Amino acid sequence: MAHTSKVFPIVVQRCLLRFPRGLQRCPNVRQIHLDIEKASAATAAAVKPRIPHLEEERKDMPDKNTRPLYLDAQATTSLDPRVLDAMLPYFVTQYGNPHSRTHAYGWESEAAVEHARKQVAMVIGADPREVIFTSGATESNNIAVKGCARFYKSKKNHIITTQTEHKCVLDSCRALEMEGFRVTYLPVQKNGLIDLKVLENSMTEDTVLVSVMTVNNEIGVEQPVAEIGELCRSRKIFFHTDAAQAVGKIPINVNDMKIDLMSISGHKLYGPKGIGALYVRRRPRVRIEAPQSGGGQERGMRSGTVPTPLVVGLGSACEVAMQEMEYDHSRIKTLSDRLVNKIQAALPMVIRNGDPEKSYPGCVNLSFAFVEGESLLMALKDIALSSGSACTSASLEPSYVLRAVGADEDLAHSSIRFGIGRFTTEAEIDYTAEKCIEHVSRLREMSPLWEMAQEGIDIKTIQWSQH
Amino acid sequence: MASHRKIIQLYRNLLREGKKFKSYNYREYAVRRTRDAFKEHKNEQDPKKIASLLKSAEENLDIVRRQVLIGEMYGDGRLIIESTIKHAT
Repeated sequence: MAHTSKVFPIVVQRCLLRFPRGLQRCPNVRQIHLDIEKASAATAAAVKPRIPHLEEERKDMPDKNTRPLYLDAQATTSLDPRVLDAMLPYFVTQYGNPHSRTHAYGWESEAAVEHARKQVAMVIGADPREVIFTSGATESNNIAVKGCARFYKSKKNHIITTQTEHKCVLDSCRALEMEGFRVTYLPVQKNGLIDLKVLENSMTEDTVLVSVMTVNNEIGVEQPVAEIGELCRSRKIFFHTDAAQAVGKIPINVNDMKIDLMSISGHKLYGPKGIGALYVRRRPRVRIEAPQSGGGQERGMRSGTVPTPLVVGLGSACEVAMQEMEYDHSRIKTLSDRLVNKIQAALPMVIRNGDPEKSYPGCVNLSFAFVEGESLLMALKDIALSSGSACTSASLEPSYVLRAVGADEDLAHSSIRFGIGRFTTEAEIDYTAEKCIEHVSRLREMSPLWEMAQEGIDIKTIQWSQH
Repeated sequence: MASHRKIIQLYRNLLREGKKFKSYNYREYAVRRTRDAFKEHKNEQDPKKIASLLKSAEENLDIVRRQVLIGEMYGDGRLIIESTIKHAT
């Protein structure tokens, strides 16, 4: 009796000591939890979710519960929920035209646009006044290349670019050739990087602009931007870089890298589609002849109403990217290595295109010898992948980028690009690697060429009969 | 200085709410990012830094809550990997 009475008070004491604390905490948490639970239950029960049904347009829509994994981060990225959260008020209540000076709707939109301009400037180390909003990197590239070349046409008429640039830069250069400009399309080395000596030798007194992309969209190589910038500055040539695949993913500073013009895309850095930016240096000043006529928005360089919600999205995406850059990069590197190691450990004759060191790890381009890329893509229908850029994915032509790096025709045909992003998981990487190994082995088993290669016959020595 | 209890509560709420994302990728990210962020700053001593981290955590909790609701309304469908994982277990 005496024994229990001694123990009991201690237990009671402990309960009294601990319980109030527990009581204090639980109701709070529970209440919030219940409220949210109720709220989401209410939306789930009372509000029917909107799901687009477009089966009339296409019959091969993905099944609702077996959607493919997304591994095509170079084509586009999903919107970060933080970005959508920032955008929504400008779709719902704050719909003013940012150029309206006569009322509050305009002022609040203008404030939002200017705040976003600061966010974009911050991530590239620029002054906000040097950032102009466009519809995307394609438009930015067009304004930069055509606009700069045309403005200085009376003085200089030579442009240098590379063979591995994005189509919109190459086509802008082609358009300029039609106008009488001379364009040098620099070859790249086997690893996809340009040779600075070759670049320097191509520069003439007439060269007005050098345009080299920061990170390649197909093979992920990172060009030596700082060195190119230095070289251009010393020769008083403007330097434009298409950094659509680089901004927010690798550190970029327009002053350290001596960049004069830079293109940015919203939807490659977890922002919305239909928005981009162009960095235009103020000191030393780069002048541009605007290709588009209109109301003179964006310092006259890009007329047209600035789309506030999209601009807010781009700004927010830049801010999030700046916070997350280190974290994302180390994680993407881990996932990228995991994918490459798994595949290369299990499969022979898998060639990585582009320099393995000087490249952005989120873009892995592999060639599977003796496997036709398109058949592999068909077999891997559970995974959203591409053999190259989305722009050219409709054609069966091998990628011009891979041909430029000197990949053999057959290897250029057998390439697949794996795009790893902020939201990719280990499980997705493992699934992709497994499926890839399984289908490449299966397709090789069926290939007579693979059989011959196994027997030691060099495929290149075969004389094919002419038909 | 913010109480230890408040931090734990915020951490739990972020995890609990993050798990409600309908989208597999957002759900996994929310949980992973919360864990890694709290782990990263586990030994933070500077009260100013702690206060600013707490503020951003609170803002993120609100974002997660709103975006979970958006996902309920517009985000339908599961990834193939989710059904595969289900089958495996």
